[in-house]
Amino acid sequence: MIIFEARNVSKQYGSTLALNNLSISVPKQSIYGLLGPNGAGKTTLIRIINQITGPDSGELLLEGRKLRQDDIYEIGYLPEERGLYKKMKVGEQALYFARLKGISKAEAMKRLRYWFKKLEMTDWWNKKVEELSKGMAQKVQFVTTVLHEPKLIILDEPFTGFDPVNASIIKNEILFLRDRGATILLSTHDMASVEELCDNITLIDHGMSMLEGKVDEIRRAWAGNEYSVTFEGNIRVPENGNFQILHTDNEDNKTTVKIKCLKDISTNEILSELMKSGNIIAFNPALPSMNDIFIRVVKSKNGMPVN
Amino acid sequence: MSKISVIIEREYITRVRKKSFIIMTILAPVLLALFIVVPSLIMMNQDTEMKKIAVVEDGTDLFKNAIPNIKNTEFVYLGNVKLEEIKNNFEQAGYYGILYISPEVIHVPEAVQLISRKQPPILLLEHIENSLEKEIERQKLLSYKIENLDEIMKNVRTRVSVQTIKIDESGNVKETSTGVAMVLAYITSFVMYFLVFVFGAQVMRGVIEEKTSRVVEVIISSVKPIQLMMGKIIGLALVGLTQFLIWIILTFAIITAVKSALIPEQKITEAVQSIPQDIMSQNAAAAMQTTTVTTTEPVQASEFIKIFNSALNQPWGLIIFCFIYYFITGYLLYASVFAAVGSAVDNETETQQFMLPITLPVILGLFVAMSTMQNPESSMAFWFSIIPFTSPIVMMARIPFGVPLWEIALSMFLMAVTFIIFVWMSAKIYRTGILMYGKKSSWKEIWKWLTYKG
Repeated sequence: MIIFEARNVSKQYGSTLALNNLSISVPKQSIYGLLGPNGAGKTTLIRIINQITGPDSGELLLEGRKLRQDDIYEIGYLPEERGLYKKMKVGEQALYFARLKGISKAEAMKRLRYWFKKLEMTDWWNKKVEELSKGMAQKVQFVTTVLHEPKLIILDEPFTGFDPVNASIIKNEILFLRDRGATILLSTHDMASVEELCDNITLIDHGMSMLEGKVDEIRRAWAGNEYSVTFEGNIRVPENGNFQILHTDNEDNKTTVKIKCLKDISTNEILSELMKSGNIIAFNPALPSMNDIFIRVVKSKNGMPVN
Repeated sequence: MSKISVIIEREYITRVRKKSFIIMTILAPVLLALFIVVPSLIMMNQDTEMKKIAVVEDGTDLFKNAIPNIKNTEFVYLGNVKLEEIKNNFEQAGYYGILYISPEVIHVPEAVQLISRKQPPILLLEHIENSLEKEIERQKLLSYKIENLDEIMKNVRTRVSVQTIKIDESGNVKETSTGVAMVLAYITSFVMYFLVFVFGAQVMRGVIEEKTSRVVEVIISSVKPIQLMMGKIIGLALVGLTQFLIWIILTFAIITAVKSALIPEQKITEAVQSIPQDIMSQNAAAAMQTTTVTTTEPVQASEFIKIFNSALNQPWGLIIFCFIYYFITGYLLYASVFAAVGSAVDNETETQQFMLPITLPVILGLFVAMSTMQNPESSMAFWFSIIPFTSPIVMMARIPFGVPLWEIALSMFLMAVTFIIFVWMSAKIYRTGILMYGKKSSWKEIWKWLTYKG
């Protein structure tokens, strides 16, 4: 089931086309990665979803119907540029943001107590934001983003500024929120966390969608003619005219080689050639990292794999 | 709407709780009260010093008892004392100074000297001059040998005090006082200026704070930018009104407390008692015009009554209505422009280029309002009270002097139109501006923002 959909959205700022006929559809209860280089139009899209600005053309649908003004209660937004009132106390501030999202004071207090306890922030309640470290302030902001239990949570670069311990705490909270039923739209440059967390992604560049789909499908598709083969024992695999050895790894009495096919031949032919070298225990397409895919897509500019 | 009230609440509470607000709110009336009370205390203390002045003539006795004693000053006529005898030891003899009148004074005005150690007060000099002039006049008249001169003089002596009375078209007569109108005009236009300017500028600072701390993006994902802007503007207006109200109450309280503590009660009761007396003497004066009021206090009291009546005769309903109307529209107009400026810049130093066009009309308005009090019917006063940017201040200065209703209506109408246009434009600029960083904002850039679609 699709919870959020953007159809052919365009937005122009002066002479720059920030979004060019962009479409995305986000499945319910998934983590959806919004990728793209700086200035690609991610923030513009996020602002349009948050109804901070409106699109010039195109449609936005939440749960199959047009996005309405009061849908902002269903959306939680953590902007890339974090901001809290510096002179305001943490507790008061969290309460204020909760009330702006339409939660009553009493209900907000109850939920805040739960979250502050969960993330070990209880001592901060009466501190001013300016007394907190950057990471602490980020945690506060994360709580205010999810406090009203939104159906759609939009996180723009949620991990920057966190130390590894806190980053993994936040990752776990994101997974927890998804398991509880929320859908998360994650915009990040941290490709490792995309592989770790995201179910689907869209890669945007110059306001256009360059790549879309499930993360593992995309990686498999981009594997192209590279394979990873594991043999029993420590052996040496010879190259021939059909394939090239990219990388050899001997470990635990196993040998893993990464090969690249030089000709358009079937996997069976390669396998039969490889079988001569030893006992194969695994044969997989070598999955490129999201990082590689990102760089290749953005450099190629046309969205087609670069071979 | 409930969200605007949440925003208003935050703006109001965080500001009212600030130390700077509390200190300013308490300190300002104390200072103001000091400014009012201290000079009057000093004046009172000066008045209590008794002065004795020796009057000396060279051999003649033309001016014996010609100068009546006044409050705190006694004139002692030393008939047969020569100036040289006392010139160097008048202080030891207990005199403040010597008034030497040469017989030539009848022809030479400068033939009178007041010799003293200190600079004598101007009021004292005026008193001496008036008395001598009167006496010389009398003596000159005497030389014509007119019969019953004293009686004639008594009948001739008159006193005039112009009473201002306004008659409207339907013939209703109202006694007014230009003084009261001026004070009222001054207070209302100044309050207007103060609220519009100080709190309008605070709106701007608040917007800049939200923009630079980047908190604004979170907020406008929850509320519309216009709600945030209006919430801030209204919240600050309430802060301003609160502060102003406390100032008025505290100032009055302090002044009353200090006065009743330091000024002898007797004086107040004296003034009160002299009021009925004065009304009687006024009636008598109206009937006969022969009585001359010689004591000073009843004159003051009758002034007081006049001021009181005139204050009651002011069109209070109109003043209050206009004040509220012009305050709301004027404040909204300027505060929204201030908010737009705040949204367009990245920090406060960048506001300079936009500030002048905003502050110019406000300051101009205040100047025109001041000159309006001198000349409420001038064409400058008319135009500036019609033009929307200055009208809230100038019109408030004009109203106590009487303004035709059509002018008020026209001014209000133009104000309403202008304020709606400006709030709308400001909201558009604000909406785009608060999310723009690092771009050097210029007038051209802002014009572009105005044309962006939702």
